[in-house]
Amino acid sequence: MSTRAQPEAPARGYSLGELMVAAAAREIRDAEVVFVGMRLPLLAFLVAKRTHAPAAIGLYENGVIRETPAPELLYTMADPPNLLGATLCGQMLDVMALLQQGRVHVGFLGAAEADRFGNLNSTWGNRGGQDIRLPGSGGACDIACLAQRTVVLLEHDRNRLVERVKHVTSPGFGSGDSWRRAQGLPLRSGPSAVITTLGVLRFSNDGEAYLASVHPGVRVEDVLGNTGWTLRVADDLLETLPPSGAELAVMRELDPNRFWTNR
Amino acid sequence: MSAASKLISMQQAVAEHVPSGSMVLLGAQLEQMIPFAAGHELIRQGRRDLTLVGPISDILFDQLIGAGCVSHVLAAWVGNVSAGVGYGLRRAVEHNIPRPVQMVDYSNFTLALGLHAGALGVPFMPTYSTLGSDLLKKNGNLREFPSPVNEEKLVAVRALRPDVAILHAQRADQFGNTHLWGNLGVAVDGARAARKVIVVAEEIVAPEVIASDPNRTLIPGFLVAAVVHEPWGAHPSPVQGYYGRDHAFFSQYHEQSRQVEDFEKWLARWVAGVADRREYLNLLGACRVESLGVRQHAFSAPANFGY
Repeated sequence: MSTRAQPEAPARGYSLGELMVAAAAREIRDAEVVFVGMRLPLLAFLVAKRTHAPAAIGLYENGVIRETPAPELLYTMADPPNLLGATLCGQMLDVMALLQQGRVHVGFLGAAEADRFGNLNSTWGNRGGQDIRLPGSGGACDIACLAQRTVVLLEHDRNRLVERVKHVTSPGFGSGDSWRRAQGLPLRSGPSAVITTLGVLRFSNDGEAYLASVHPGVRVEDVLGNTGWTLRVADDLLETLPPSGAELAVMRELDPNRFWTNR
Repeated sequence: MSAASKLISMQQAVAEHVPSGSMVLLGAQLEQMIPFAAGHELIRQGRRDLTLVGPISDILFDQLIGAGCVSHVLAAWVGNVSAGVGYGLRRAVEHNIPRPVQMVDYSNFTLALGLHAGALGVPFMPTYSTLGSDLLKKNGNLREFPSPVNEEKLVAVRALRPDVAILHAQRADQFGNTHLWGNLGVAVDGARAARKVIVVAEEIVAPEVIASDPNRTLIPGFLVAAVVHEPWGAHPSPVQGYYGRDHAFFSQYHEQSRQVEDFEKWLARWVAGVADRREYLNLLGACRVESLGVRQHAFSAPANFGY
């Protein structure tokens, strides 16, 4: 059993999932080109588009480019509402070409494990000492290699935030410092933030993660005790801003049954 | 001279063109237009030792693996897009149930580049993707090499040439000239890279309809070995302009494939228990089918090819 800390905030008017989606949405700056990915980021991109980043452009690896938010909740990037009114429907290579050129500002990923240098594993999990075969990279490895910034969303516990991932599906800063350059990865690329159920991690110049903010109601000890290495803490540690009324309104309009945010 | 029609039944197409041991591209358009009807026919005809190729396969690969049709998978992602893991893949890889499967892990981009190399007829395509990853270390079709024109490191992605690509599409003529729209994924390169193409179409239209919009003809008929007319052949995945995604079906499959006994029941009900797609649709029920239909049509403006 994990000793996952659950933030207790009975009075707050939003769910943890909503907080994470809002935090993810804020990683998108206006007019940026965004590689959206699967699951929670599908909603986060729509929230960003309808609040602070109306000029953001969404790329989806199935070959879709969108400048307007999809009119309905998306369960997958290829749901028909994501194609109707798209800027472009093309091939996977059409969007991967832009990614490899360095024209994607930020890409979103999930993972089973993330480590102190932001390396990600979405290939092999472990439950009770037994290896579990997970679905695999999808486009994660491509985004992690080639996007200017990468943002990761995952559950915060010691089994997920580990000293060293057991399989590098998606490279972060490797073992730190100049590792990415030594591998031949683009100069302007790498992890930017890890948004967990407890807080937000960012990365120092040496490639190591530090705790940049804790979610409302979460204590720093909860974060450190649920992290598989000795996590550095920012001198100017912040509290993650709760979702705004406008952000919540978009989420609840698009996802009234809270498919993506019910946690 | 008139070309011969390539229109045949799904049973015939699978029987004639996809023997056991084939390397088969399926799910080329990612979560759209997954050829489930063809996959279920592969299961009914008892194929073995297939090598499945595809980027994000969603649950069709999981079903084929669970049914014992597969020995190798070359893919970026095998699972259930709305629910997460695929229990069929897990049982096969972790416990050899019902038989061992070897998964060769790609990323989406490298899988697309493998098919692109196959489509171009060259042995590999270069990329920066996968540098520094364990995909590069473990997938023998990805090899690091020094760039011949500068000081950079690159990854060579070996060409993929599937024996058969099974591609679902909106409409085709009886000769295999195919109109496809929406997100294309790796379908276009897949059709060129494969040695044979089976097109599964929602509608069979007159050649004049196809010829009226040649920009939308993404698969030329001369590359196509067989055309199958199979309305709703991609259910539960969506076909743009024809039907939506049956999200509940994916969630139900997730629950009903968790235990091997339940998966066997699922397979007996939805695959072995029906002779063809028509019976499958009857089982699904008219109400459910109707509820997935297009609620509001959205036609593109015609393009003028006149001169």
